[in-house]
Amino acid sequence: MEISGADLFLKALREEGVDTLFAYPGATAIDLFNVLYDADDIRLVLPRHEQALVHAADGYARSTGKVGVCLVTSGPGATNMVTGIATANFDSVPLVCFAGQVPLSLIGNDAFQEIDIVGITRNICKFAITVRDRKDLGRIIKEAFYIASSGKPGPVVIDVPKDIQVAMGSADYPETVNIRGYKPNEKVHRGQLKKAVEALNSAERPVFLLGGGVNIAHARREMTQLAELVNVPVVTTMMGKGAIPTNHPLYIGNLGIHGNYASNHAIADADLIFSIGCRFNDRITGKLSKFAVNTTIVHIDIDPASISRNIVVDIPIVGDAKNAINQMLEICQSRERTEWVERIQKWKEDYPIHMLKYSGVTPEKIMMSINRQFDDVILTTDVGQNQLWASQYCELDIHRQLITSGGLGTMGYGFPAAIGAQIGHLDRQVVSINGDGGFQMNMQELATAALLGLPITICVLNNGYLGNVRQWQQMFYGNRYSMTCLMRNENCPLQCSGPNEACPTQYVPDFLGVAKSYGVQALRVTEEAEIDDAIRMGKENRTGPTLIEFVIDREANVLPMVPPGEALDDMILE
Amino acid sequence: MDAMKQRWVSLFVENDIGVLAKISGLFSSKLYNLDSLTVGVTEDPTISRMTIGLTSDDKTFEQITKQLNRCVEVIKVIDFTNIPTHSRELLFVKVNRITEADKMELFRITSVYPLKIVDYNKNTAILQAVEDRDTNDELVKLLSSFFINRIEVVRGGSVAIESFF
Repeated sequence: MEISGADLFLKALREEGVDTLFAYPGATAIDLFNVLYDADDIRLVLPRHEQALVHAADGYARSTGKVGVCLVTSGPGATNMVTGIATANFDSVPLVCFAGQVPLSLIGNDAFQEIDIVGITRNICKFAITVRDRKDLGRIIKEAFYIASSGKPGPVVIDVPKDIQVAMGSADYPETVNIRGYKPNEKVHRGQLKKAVEALNSAERPVFLLGGGVNIAHARREMTQLAELVNVPVVTTMMGKGAIPTNHPLYIGNLGIHGNYASNHAIADADLIFSIGCRFNDRITGKLSKFAVNTTIVHIDIDPASISRNIVVDIPIVGDAKNAINQMLEICQSRERTEWVERIQKWKEDYPIHMLKYSGVTPEKIMMSINRQFDDVILTTDVGQNQLWASQYCELDIHRQLITSGGLGTMGYGFPAAIGAQIGHLDRQVVSINGDGGFQMNMQELATAALLGLPITICVLNNGYLGNVRQWQQMFYGNRYSMTCLMRNENCPLQCSGPNEACPTQYVPDFLGVAKSYGVQALRVTEEAEIDDAIRMGKENRTGPTLIEFVIDREANVLPMVPPGEALDDMILE
Repeated sequence: MDAMKQRWVSLFVENDIGVLAKISGLFSSKLYNLDSLTVGVTEDPTISRMTIGLTSDDKTFEQITKQLNRCVEVIKVIDFTNIPTHSRELLFVKVNRITEADKMELFRITSVYPLKIVDYNKNTAILQAVEDRDTNDELVKLLSSFFINRIEVVRGGSVAIESFF
């Protein structure tokens, strides 16, 4: 029996076990939506903008480990996905993004809502393809799910012309995949791993450097066992935070330009850096020529292109993090390293991260309250100071996960990602931490969260600035606050280097008023004593979202920090 | 940084729309120096083979081959830099505004150098060479010196295949 392309699309979703579809309709996707109208086994979610739609699918994928699936129309529907796709690509998130397209006969005619989305996304996704023949549709979808979820995961874009959606063809959906140019290597080279383990055994001052790869591989339990077995302290990248519990005695903290003192010094003093699933990105290495000089480096990564790219590695190992960790558990020997561990602990005690300089509602106190009140939570952040504070102060473990846009650093990510995470875990608590700038980039999603009754606790840390850039302007550009003030209006002087008596008093928008217009419970916190109660209200409201606006010090900074171009152990502490 | 060096890579890729854009886009987006790229279908109509000439240091070259291998559309990457190959490039040179004396000169040149006159009329001649790229460079230089501002050059880019050891 022959079926339409749209029917095969629906069949494929079912075969792939898709239970949720983030979808925004339009003219060239109308046939696909038509078959979804009868599908009561697939939950359709209608975000209010396609960028937020992809971020939601991304949050769903990161929190569940499943492939996030998107469906949008051609033209602007497709181009609006671009930032979301690039965000997912940078952080290795498995997505399959379907975009409608004008009929094949119209492609190239500058038809209404025609866009070359494959051409646009080619360099920002794992794979992109236009379906040119109905007979290829099933195979292409099957391959897309396989490519997205295997090896180093990533987004795949499938461009589906309207005539393919209605064309009749085989009802078969393939069961197996064979792509001759794509054979991800997840196995670990035993000989190389043995060499790495020998180096680890003989090292006096080894450190594990863990990146997002450990979290993506769902290897947190195994990694904790391994660290305990060999007694090696652990530092993480922002994406790797939570790879072992943050309250674990072997956990030091985050590394990098906003890492803590003990982590940066541990890496500088180590004789062996044993890295798993990290890219040695510029935000964690600081000045490259001074990073880990004379230190032996082991690097395990699923992506050969990530190895020896930014820094030269002594023992490279290509493979899946979980496989590697499990094999190491078999062959590693237990060893005491009391002196080294104690030295790091002392650094940690001598140079803790606190925001003692600021009073009232500080980001640290907000994060501490979240830590105290939630023992099972998915945290999402936006990008900027809110993200850095969250990654400094939030405690993570197997029940507390952090979701953040680490690679691309996409403002507007945090709130829609929380929507996706909540949809993937309706029974769990989700807290979204945002700044006042980034929240405004996708706050239209209050409609999505309100109508679906998603009980997200939305924290907006309002300092009236694009705070991270303002901090740089303050520290490295002589207080020249060029266009970073969100309270600036027509009456402000051309140049302004900080809050003063003449500042406008009115913040636009009134976040409480915005929330009210969506029927969302909202409150504003201006006193330290109100923090706990506000967060408790968010936690206890299980019928819909709660928006909490925290009015924080306008010029609070994220510290410590390594100035641009400096070595990791050259930190500004306060 | 290690020294910049001329390299050759042979790629087996899916013979599909967009693959050429993917490969050339990889070079442009990551600021790799692409010198030449040729592509043609193989004995298997579903597979094309590309010959890519590029200039890079060792570290960048390692990254380039890894990035190429990473592409779903790329079936196989072979580094031709240090292995014996046969490499040829088609070169056409049109010589304009030639006199009778020039014509005689052209016939002398073609009897000495690996150039062939494939077409000519009263005022114009077209020469052809199928040599490696360096030889073609020399031939262009030679013809430019004889026929200043009168030549028009079209080059096909190199194709290469492993030779027998």
